[in-house]
Order: sequence, then structure tokens, then C-alpha cells
Amino acid sequence: MRLVLEKRAEASGRMAILSPVIAIALTLITGGIIFALRGLNPFSALYVFFVEPLTTSWSIEQLIVKAAPLAMIGAGLAVSYMANVWNIGAEGQLTAGAIVGSAIPVFFPEFQSPPTLALMLSLGVIGGMAWAAIPAFLKNRFGTNEILTSLMLVYVIQLALDWLVRGPWRDPKGYNFPKTIAFSDWQLLPQFQLLPPSVGPIYINLGAIFAVAAVVALAFMMGRTLKGYELRVQGIAPRAGRFAGFSREKTVWFCFLLSGGLAGLAGICEVMSTVGQLQPGISPSYGFTAIIVAFLGRLNPIGALVAAFALAISYLGGESAQVALGISDKTARVFQGVLLFYILACDSLILYRLKIIGRTPGPAEAKA
Amino acid sequence: MNDQLLSVILTIITASTPLLLAAIGELVVERSGVLNLGVEGMMAVGAVSGFGAALMTGNPYVGVFAALAAGAVLSLLFGFLTLTMVSNQVATGLALTLLGLGAAGLMGESFVGQPGIHLERLHIPGLSEVPLIGPILFGQDFLVYLSLIIVAAVSYVLFRTKAGLIIRAVGDSQQSAHALGYSVVGVRYLCVMFGGACSGLAGGYLSLAYTPQWVENMTAGRGWIALALVVFSSWLPWRIVAGAYLFGTITVMGFSLQAYGIGIPSQLLSALPYIVTILVLVVISGNRALMRANTPACLGQPFVPDR
Amino acid sequence: MDYLLEALHVTKVFGTLKANDGVTLKVKPGEIHAFLGENGAGKSTLVKMIYGALQPTSGEFRWMGKAVTIPSPAAARKLGIGMVFQHFSLFEALTVAENIALAMPGAFDMKKLSGRIARVSRDYGLPLEPTAVVADLSVGERQRIEIVRCLLQEPKLLIMDEPTAVLTPQEADQLFITLARLASEGCAVIYISHRLEEVKRLCHNATILRHGKVVANVDPTRETAASLAKLMVGGDIHVVKSAREDQRGATRLKLDRLRLSADGPFAVELRNVSLDVKAGEVVAIAGVAGNGQSELFDAVSGERSLAQAAMLLIDGKPMGHDGVNARRNAGAAFVPEERLGHGAVPAFTLSQNVVLTRHSSDGALVKSGMVSSGGASGVSQRVIKDYDVRKGKPDPEARSLSGGNLQKFVVGRELDRRPGVLVINQPTWGVDAGASATIRQAIVDLARQGSAVLVISQDLDEIFEIADRIAVISRGQLSEAYPASDLTPEKIGLLMAGAHERKEMAHAARA
Repeated sequence: MRLVLEKRAEASGRMAILSPVIAIALTLITGGIIFALRGLNPFSALYVFFVEPLTTSWSIEQLIVKAAPLAMIGAGLAVSYMANVWNIGAEGQLTAGAIVGSAIPVFFPEFQSPPTLALMLSLGVIGGMAWAAIPAFLKNRFGTNEILTSLMLVYVIQLALDWLVRGPWRDPKGYNFPKTIAFSDWQLLPQFQLLPPSVGPIYINLGAIFAVAAVVALAFMMGRTLKGYELRVQGIAPRAGRFAGFSREKTVWFCFLLSGGLAGLAGICEVMSTVGQLQPGISPSYGFTAIIVAFLGRLNPIGALVAAFALAISYLGGESAQVALGISDKTARVFQGVLLFYILACDSLILYRLKIIGRTPGPAEAKA
Repeated sequence: MNDQLLSVILTIITASTPLLLAAIGELVVERSGVLNLGVEGMMAVGAVSGFGAALMTGNPYVGVFAALAAGAVLSLLFGFLTLTMVSNQVATGLALTLLGLGAAGLMGESFVGQPGIHLERLHIPGLSEVPLIGPILFGQDFLVYLSLIIVAAVSYVLFRTKAGLIIRAVGDSQQSAHALGYSVVGVRYLCVMFGGACSGLAGGYLSLAYTPQWVENMTAGRGWIALALVVFSSWLPWRIVAGAYLFGTITVMGFSLQAYGIGIPSQLLSALPYIVTILVLVVISGNRALMRANTPACLGQPFVPDR
Repeated sequence: MDYLLEALHVTKVFGTLKANDGVTLKVKPGEIHAFLGENGAGKSTLVKMIYGALQPTSGEFRWMGKAVTIPSPAAARKLGIGMVFQHFSLFEALTVAENIALAMPGAFDMKKLSGRIARVSRDYGLPLEPTAVVADLSVGERQRIEIVRCLLQEPKLLIMDEPTAVLTPQEADQLFITLARLASEGCAVIYISHRLEEVKRLCHNATILRHGKVVANVDPTRETAASLAKLMVGGDIHVVKSAREDQRGATRLKLDRLRLSADGPFAVELRNVSLDVKAGEVVAIAGVAGNGQSELFDAVSGERSLAQAAMLLIDGKPMGHDGVNARRNAGAAFVPEERLGHGAVPAFTLSQNVVLTRHSSDGALVKSGMVSSGGASGVSQRVIKDYDVRKGKPDPEARSLSGGNLQKFVVGRELDRRPGVLVINQPTWGVDAGASATIRQAIVDLARQGSAVLVISQDLDEIFEIADRIAVISRGQLSEAYPASDLTPEKIGLLMAGAHERKEMAHAARA
């Protein structure tokens, strides 16, 4: 018996919607098996992991806090990957954004007014763009593989951050801890009340609003504009893209600056909200998890928003499972990896039909 | 001075060997037309499996075997997705890295802080005691020799045997190879598994010989550097040796300079291998003639035969 | 044993398509047996099953009287079946000897093999250098590798899939001598072609397929080209009608000593290409594949920019530095050779594909940066109707269309703009006769309305059907364009072979 694929005449619209759902279902089954092997009741463990994070207003707040950077970065990466530009260094661009934006409070701690906020956010975007510009430039100028360069730069910027907060930018009154001074007032993101206290007060910060705005804008761009058309053509048929007169170099620049800028924005938002100062480990690998977000969202910005929530749940679930079940919070990362595998496998079913071929001729069609 | 020089050279060899192992495996994978970006993940799982198996049995050789097997098994997963399910190779490779790093972290949780089992160095009485040359030539652990033997074997097989010819053919034109009746997918499965085994071995080397302990993220981007080395080598096996030892030297130089307390931030020295990787890629990629000559034409392309 | 190979009621189904439907066929030893049929008639599917590359859905093969299954090409080779594919199964990065070794069973001994290659290629007049890398070889040389590869295995049956499509007439003559010699030694040859004259000349027997079924088995020497064609197509063939009045106008497209460096090791360099195409005429560029046609197309379309603006003029305006959209806006239109992935995005619907080439020239399609899907589908509906594009649903993905229908769409998309200059590469490659006729007629009609049309084609029949003047491209150099009435296929063949001295060329053409 053999498993083979058969090309469909056209992409299956039904599978395009079903594939992420099937992938999530398979991940849950796999998770249940892992829990069962560890001697836990798979149903209650899965409940703790994936449902509990949705039950209290506090945890929903936390969910939004985690989903916002994932959606912001994931939407940018989705657009890039759609155009066949492989920026996998978002984690580095996030760090670069955080560093550049933090220069304001580090050098001008007294500078406190609304422009402070705007300036820090802009510098965050610029920092992310600048770091992303390196692989884009090298790709266009020398044909260097952008996957490897963007990834190498993650290590470089993380070491740079480490040097800054242990050296020149260290808080002199910080007992030698590797971090800058704590940000305050206009150096922090304002918060908004999303739901009234009667429902269970839920606060969100400006970052979440940026995330939604970015997702909506990118979805509009991809769906309606010539730019979106251009990016999609370049991704699936580069030769046709050249025939249409679209410039590959410009696309590489555009995608890196866009996804890098969004990652930088996510980075500065993190230090201006949850973290409140610059220090190593400002992100629990948001930049890498966003790669999963992009794929789970089927490289569609709106999809990335939905996917960001799914992955945010896995982060929170990992934390609560550690407390409630005594299993490692690293389990979450395994789930995330497994999920990505299932998505990629299921995505093949959009273009292909799965067939099982036995020894005898007359192949039996599998459910696909 | 001699002692210091010796210890530096020995450290360079141990720092270079994992890069060499991972890169030579990936070279074979890429020669068959498959791009597996999951080297880092396979190395991580290899490292933790090797460490764990050695710890449980007390035997480092069992650890080496476990590392190799773990890498091969993980690569099989990659093979199933990219070759059977024809998923995107770039995305699947990234997935393999993310899954591998996550799984390694989870598997290794209980190993953190435990003293490891050291893969001992060879000792040939007489020969190993010759000053300087003895320990370098005759006093390494067996994986150092194995890594060089693998390179020689890969070079021989690729360019002197039918099997190697078939691998190169599959990487050059999958349609033609299929038309001649070769199983493109079958050949690629074997190559991917070889690459996975080598990556696993490379990871095992890290946790059994380089620093005999388990620390999360101990692969520290070496899998990615190995991928860059394959580009650096322009897909020729012996150039991998040169590349791996060059990078090993740079890494060790960083450490040694730190030890001397030179007024350069230690982070810059630690960043050196990554920066040099980028520079090397720029130089090699800028030379388009060199890139085009050996790049497998089908690298990264999915293959679905007509039926 | 009367027959070497028999195929009995063989059927092959792909999804819902019956590529072969109850095909029965018998081949005798020493016989050159033609398979005739249009593109898509099922010739290739049938031979791939004989060669073991595909498995029949039902039916039976007999080899020397015994029922056999042929599970793989290796099994076919073991039986004594060799095949030369239309798209060669060669490896560009490998040497000639390595390419041949890959098809040889048994021990791996390159030295011995090189000796055998030398011997066979000498015996059959197929010169080959075993250590040469395939990427450096011409198409004719590559075909020789394929043939030698088969001959080394001393086949009893040799299958040739459209072997002369890529050869000059002179190279084709040489091939016929080799095949005749093989047949005289008792080897059977299955010869797939749609060139009827050469089938009449070479073959002893012809089986004609239409829509996957055998419609006739005839002795080609007793037929005329017209009667064979009628059997293939199943009706009379549309003849392109052109009002042949000489009303040539001003030069609309001018190439002036156009040069373009080779882009990569396997590409061709264009050297001093000069040509005028005037309003009202169709100029064709003939040539064997791989002599610079695709480079010339890229240079003219603007996909690759030229060193000097004055190398290319559209309606007198130097445009060598301008990109493809600027040239489109100046009234030019382009149709590339490759439909899927170059002329159209496979995964996009037809209306989305309208935007691909018209986004900058058609104000109704893109308004302030936004794509108007209504505008696109309007154009798409018009093209579909005007050019008779047949499809399964209102707005299907490009990849789901048959070759002929997609080509009608891709050509129609450009003609719908009424371009002043049309450049079209291989207009009917892999397209069925009905669609070919539609496309050729549309091209000629466009020219007669005052546009300048440049056609790049390997198909001499097509060129003689539609061209007013003909130039020949060979190794990146273009001959003078001669009036079609002054040329014959033989003269074009001499030009293709690369008689580069200008005088010599002129002499050959006027002789």
C-alpha cells in the first residue's frame, strides 16, 4: 500500500477553509496522546491547556496581550511569504525595534509628552525596518539567500541587546541587573477599556489596536489593490510577474521593510507595555512563532489574526498547564511545532487529492 | 606556549567537527534536490537524545548512536511532508527547526545541570604522545576521524559511483530521472535520512564531546551555519572541510580573545561567527558563475510524478 | 511470430479524461510505424505506456506474441524497448557519458562505456564527445545522445516522439538515414509526428489517433498529405485567408543592431540583431529551439532592458531602456511561448489574468491603485466570446484550461487591445488544429488592419502559412528577412544550419 497525491484540476475551495481546522484537530489529538502517555487524563489536560485561558477576563486580557504582537508580525510575514520573500528574522527585527525605540527613555528620561510616545513608536518601526533592510539589500545586490542572512542577524542583534543592557545602557541604580531604567508615563502605551466592568473589565493597550489596524490594512492591500496583486503574482509565478512588468527587487524591499517594520513595532510595543524597560528576553520567541501564525492563517492577514489567537492560547495554556498539571511550559512549543507540521501537510490537500494505492490496480480514493 | 597552541588547535577541531558533520549531510540532501532547513532542529534533538541515552546507559557510544537515530527519524518526518505530501520545503524545514528546538527543550528538561558522559579521546601509546602532532593526529575522539571519513566517502560516492551519479541526476533534473525510471522520491528519502543522521550526529557531538552537558538552545545557530557552509562549498564535499574549519577557528578565536581580556565586548566576539557567515554568503553569492556551476538545478522544487 | 508488439484494447484514464480509449495497434519487426494525431490525441500517452512510464487502466500488451505487463521503463528496456522523448530526458549538468550511463543497466565502468559510445556513434553517423557537458550542446547533439543511449542497448523497438520538431531539415535527413538503417537491421521504429510529408517519406505504416481512439491504419505512401490530415483532424482543415494585397505602411517595430549578453551559462547571446516590421505585414523568425528565440523575446518585450535605447524603436520612438509596461503603453503587445507561468498565472482565474498584462495600459482595470474586478471580468468575458475560449465554468483558473483554449485566451487578451505592434513567440506550440487556425487567422487579420506582427516560430508550416517575410535566427544572429515567396524549407534549413557569412546567406536564399 502506498500513499500518493493526485493533482486537482483547480484548487479546492473547501479544503482551503478546512485545512487549518483539520490541522488544529489533529494537533489536539496528538496533544491528547502525549498527555495520555504522560499518565494524564487527556480530556482534562486539553481543557486546561486550550479552554481555560478563555474563561476569565484576566486571561482574556493576557490572550490579547500575546495575540497582538503575533498578529502584527504574522500578518507582515504572511504578506512576505505570499510574495515568496522569506524573512525569517522577525525576532531580530523585533529586537532592533525595541532597542532603537528605547533610545528615547535611555537618553532623554525627562522627555515626557505625547510626542514621546509617537517618537518611540516611530523609532521602533524604523529600527525594525533598518534591521530588515540588511537582508533585503544583500539579496538584491549580491543574490544572498535571505533566509540565512535574516536568521543570522537575529543572533547578532540579540547579542547587541545583551551588550547594551549590560554595558552602556544599563540602569546605574539597577543593582547590576542587565536592564535599562524603567519607562514611565508617556514612555508607556496607554490602555483602553474594551469591555465595561459589569461584563468583567477587559483592558487592551494601543498595541492591540495597531495589530488590528495592520491586519485590516494588509488584508485590504492583498485583496483589493494592484500592489497586493503584484505580490501574489510574484509569489506563485515569478516569470509571469516579470512579464507583467513588476520589479522583483522592489518587491524584496517592500516585503522586508513591511514585515520588518511591523516586527519592530511589535518589539517597541512589548517594551512599552508588558516589559516596561529594555532587557534581554523581551519576547518569548514571538518572531519565530509568528512564522507559524502566518502559515496557520494560510498566508492571509485576517487568517493571521485568527491564528494569532490560537497560538496565544497555546502560550497561556502552557503556563496554566505548568501550574495545574505540573507539565513543562515547553510543551506549548512542541504543540506549536506539531501544529505547523499538520498545517503544511493539510495544505497539500488543497491542490492534491490523497490516494491510497494498493497492490491491485483500481486505486481506492481516500477521504480528501 | 606550545601547550596553549595545542589546546587552541584541539578546541578548533572540536568546534569544527559538528559543523562539518551537519554540513556534509546537508550537502548530500541538496545534491539530490532537496533543501532541508531543519538542520538546527535535528541537531538539537540529536544533542538531547545523545546526551540522554549516554546518561542512562553510561555509555557515550550508545549516545552517539541515539543521536544519529534521532536525527534520521526526525528527517523522515520532513521527508514524509516534503516528498510524499509535497509540502513547501522552505516552510517545512522551518517547521522542523521549530519543532526540533521545542521537542529538545521538553525532552531535556530533566537533564539540565546534570554532568554528562564524555566521549573520550583516542589514545595510541607512543603515537599520541609525540609532542604537538601526536595529540592532533592520533589523539582525537572517533567522531573527528569519522567526520573526515564521511567527507571522503561522500566525495567518492558522488563522483565515482553509479549511486552518486543517480543522486546528482535526481538533483539536476527530476523529470529526466523519473523518465529513465529512477524513483526520484525514493532517492530523495534516502538522502534526506542520511542528512538527518549526520545532523543528529552533529548534535550528539555537541552534547557528548564539545561541551558534555545539556543546555537548552545549545546548538546556537550551528545548524544554520552548516547550511551556509553548503553554499560556501558550492556543493563540493572537500570544500566543506575548509569551511567548517574556518568557522571553527573563528569561533575559538572569539573565546580565546575573550580569555585574554582584550577590550572588545565579548558579545561582539560571540557574534563573529554569525557576521562572518553573512560576509561569506555575500562573497560566494556575488560570484554568480561559481553559484550557477554546481547548484543543483532542482533544489527546493516539489516533485509529483504523473501516473 | 508475426508481430513484435501488439497493444490490444488499451485504455488509459486520467481523472475524467480518457486519454486512450480501446486502442489496438500492431507493429512488425523492421517496420517504421507512424503514430499520427493532433496534440492531445493520445499519442504520447500510448507510447509512455509501451515504455512503462505509465500504466494502462485496462487492456493488454503483447511482446513477441506473449502477454506482458511493463511496470517501469527499466522493464521496457530489458524487453528491448528504447525511447527518445520529445522533451529529452537529459541532465544538463552531467557529461554525455554520464547521461548515457544512467540509462545503462549493469556494472558501472565509465571507461568501457566511453569506448562503446565512440563505436556506436561512429557506426551510425552520430558524432558525440563523451566528456562534453550536455548544457553546452546544441539541440541536435542532445538528440544524438538520446539515440545513442537507446542504441547501446540494442533495442528491438525504438520509439521516437516528434524527433524532427527540433532539427533543421538537413539534420532531419541525417536522422532518416539512421532510422532507415536501423529498420533494415530488423529494429522496429514507432515514429510519432505530425509532419505528414516526412511520414510519407519514411514510414511503412501509419496508425492515426483522434480523441484517444484509433481512427485508421493506413499505408502512408499511398496517401496524400491532405488525406492524412483529414483523418487526423476529422474534417477539412481551415485554411488561413488573407487579403494578400501589398499595402505595407511605415515601420512600426525596428530592431537596430540589438545586442544582449547571455544570461547564465546555458543562455544564448544576441549579436547585432536588426529587423524592420512594417504596418500591415507579418514577419516570422524561423529557427531551431535554443538559438536565441527566448532571449530575443525578452529583449523585445522589455523583460530584459537593453544597453541602448536606440536598439529598439516602436513607431519611431527609441524604447530600449523602457520596461515592458512602457512598451505596452506605446501600443505594443506580447505573447510569450510558455502559457502557464509566463503568459498567465496558473492559479489565477481568467479575469484575474486579464490584469497581468493590462494593468498599466487599461485605465478601466486599475483605478487609484485598486483593481476593478468588474472591469477585469468584462474584458475576460469579451475575450472568451470573441476568441471562442471553451471552459467548464464562468471564470475558471488558467491551469484548468486545455492548451489550445488557454492559448486562445492569452492571445485574445492582447489582440483585444488592438495593438499596433504584436510580438508572439510560438503562437500555436502544443495547440490543436482548430485553435491553431483561429489564432493564425487572428494574427493575419490584425496585420491587415495596419498593425506590425512579429512571429517567432519553429514550425515551418505555420511560418509559410502566415508570414509575408521570413528571417532565420541561428546562434543569436538573425539573417536578413526575405519575402516568403522567395524561400523554401530547404533554403531556410541552410540558414538555420548557420551559414553566417552575409553574402553566402544571401546567395543561399536567392539561389
